Amino acid sequence: MSTLFVGGSVTEDRWVSIDGEQPVPEGEDVVVSLAIFEEQRHALLTRNVGKLGVYLEADDQIDTIVDDLDKISLVALDFPSFADGRAYSKARLLRDRHGFGGQVRATGDVRIDQVQHMRRSGFDALQVSHQPTVDSLMEIKDAGLDLFYQPAIEGAEALSSMGGRSWARRAL
Amino acid sequence: MYRYDEFDREFVTARVAQFRDQVARRVSGELSEDNFKPLRLQNGVYLQLHAYMLRVAVPYGTLNSSQMRMLGHIARKYDRDYGHFTTRQNIQFNWPKLADIPDILEDLASVEMHAIQTSGNCIRNVTADHFAGASADEVADPRPYAEILRQWSTIHPEFLFLPRKFKIAVIGSPNDRAAMQFHDIGLEVRKNDAGDLGLRVFVGGGLGRTPMIGKMIRDWLPEEDMLSYCEAILRVYNLYGRRDNKYKARIKILVHETGLEELKKDIEAEFERIKDGVLKLPDEDVAAIGDYFAPPEFEDLPDRDQSVEQAKLDNRSFARWVDRNVSQHAQSGYAIVTVALKGTGEAPGDATSAQMDVLADLGERYSHDELRVSHEQNVILPHVRLGDLKAIYDALLAAEMASPNAGLITDIIACPGLDYCALATARSIPVAQELSERFADLDRQNEIGDLKLKISGCINACGHHHVGHIGILGVDRRGEELYQVTLGGSGDEQAAVGEIIGRGFSKDDISDAVETIVDTYLARRLSDDEAFLDAYQRLGPQPFKDALYPAKEAA
Repeated sequence: MSTLFVGGSVTEDRWVSIDGEQPVPEGEDVVVSLAIFEEQRHALLTRNVGKLGVYLEADDQIDTIVDDLDKISLVALDFPSFADGRAYSKARLLRDRHGFGGQVRATGDVRIDQVQHMRRSGFDALQVSHQPTVDSLMEIKDAGLDLFYQPAIEGAEALSSMGGRSWARRAL
Repeated sequence: MYRYDEFDREFVTARVAQFRDQVARRVSGELSEDNFKPLRLQNGVYLQLHAYMLRVAVPYGTLNSSQMRMLGHIARKYDRDYGHFTTRQNIQFNWPKLADIPDILEDLASVEMHAIQTSGNCIRNVTADHFAGASADEVADPRPYAEILRQWSTIHPEFLFLPRKFKIAVIGSPNDRAAMQFHDIGLEVRKNDAGDLGLRVFVGGGLGRTPMIGKMIRDWLPEEDMLSYCEAILRVYNLYGRRDNKYKARIKILVHETGLEELKKDIEAEFERIKDGVLKLPDEDVAAIGDYFAPPEFEDLPDRDQSVEQAKLDNRSFARWVDRNVSQHAQSGYAIVTVALKGTGEAPGDATSAQMDVLADLGERYSHDELRVSHEQNVILPHVRLGDLKAIYDALLAAEMASPNAGLITDIIACPGLDYCALATARSIPVAQELSERFADLDRQNEIGDLKLKISGCINACGHHHVGHIGILGVDRRGEELYQVTLGGSGDEQAAVGEIIGRGFSKDDISDAVETIVDTYLARRLSDDEAFLDAYQRLGPQPFKDALYPAKEAA
């Protein structure tokens, strides 16, 4: 059981996850594993109806999908454990290097103490199973500070840079 | 030195409040130890063999007198009246109560200190030359760069869960006093022919179970690109560093397995993409941070002080101390004092609260309110007038901190070892204490001359044994402590990893083994001027092997 937060609000998950043998349903928004994406790349990219999302496990690199990002609407990045931080850099690269404007969704071991880091690295959606985290997010507590010593992905938060320290930021 | 502005103060205060809440949740049982662990680690709180341990950051080893005094206060109020200065230029308190730690952090914040990122798989406290801003051989003060790196790396959202910890060291002199090439990133501030400042960049150095010397990835990097280049290195490491085995997770293994050239392509490509972006350092911002580290107002003084010369003639102990523990300052009439926390039979790096108070007073009175912690676990008074040396010596003598042994065989580096540390496999402090007593005779120490002896109580090498001229590694073999000896390591600009000389020694035999090595050196050196390391490089390991394992030679 998990709860989806998009841009901070609880949102019904309309995306269908396809990770096994089942055929990709026509007309639905689907999230497929990287293996399925690679196998059925052409068919998936040329579907007429339904949006496409790709789910990357921690070991998967983004290189395989970056050429097709204009046809991908969602990238889900897995945290097998909160201590595995690879997805932060992937999210950052998707946003910064590849200009990806679709949804970047954190899945797996998503916890309140990391939520702010996820947002600042480019995630705009969180799929949360950890109940205390769900509760905290409902109360709009993200356990973060609003002062930052480095520029990152600023998302919707308006930030001002600090005089004399080009690298520091403060939430407005 | 750096002073907090409103932004820094607010940040650290908010951070303390955040951790206070987390500790309250742990103490009430709402948070399990498992869930609390990652939170406490990012605030420098370890769970050791017997108690929680708090590691406080001393950024690039620089602190002022009120900060030193506060460390003494914390030792007195919350701990067993002492603290331990570490090879990372930090200080550890070994016996704080968990419930007190938020108060300790609040006390620290009141003097602009914290414990952020002194543990965990993140970018750790940035270290630097402990003679920075004082030494005669300096091209530029490395601390402004270290401070900018400290800020950029603090709660960097992308780099808090790296494959493994990440250490950065910065030096500003061709003489490396910070073991720069044994860090994940090593930076050497340089000046080019046009007079511009930039950096030479090393990557993939480290100690631990697989010691490696850092590889030069950039001979010249303009200073404005420092953060972009470091961010590019960290991003590539975060994506590709191994996570399947914690012993192969440091960037040195990635560099080693991928090859520098291959990895450099990725790093340079990412750097090229981001270098003209938000991380590019404006000259005026670098200058503004640099202003914090402006030299103090020195007096015009002659480069010799007659009273010191006379005092040396009158007092042989003082003369000895000056010879070993006083280094040349860039400013005429001034000197750098090394306070060796290496009294005979004492645990290297330990200081009592009373001693910290004395150090704070001396820093305030004689050293322009500045002190340093060295990676060799000593405390430095960086800016003292020659004419004050005798008064400083007398005060140190009264506080039992006047050991005249800087750079000598008893100026030992040792990790806490099995007496404290949950990772250790053998004791290191008792070995250091025994060796310190064995070689206590000052005439003999001075006859032996420059010799770096470093002891680690496990393969993780916190005691830097790989870079000891003589290195000792304590391991556990079938329930018994066994000490392996390496020779020929060096942590300076001649970076070298010591070679294992042969089978290990029991705790009872290790001091004899060191003595045999030293005697072999004394017998074989060309002259008094040939230091141990030079002699070892000339002779190779064989004479030492022959002396240590005579039975084998006979067979």
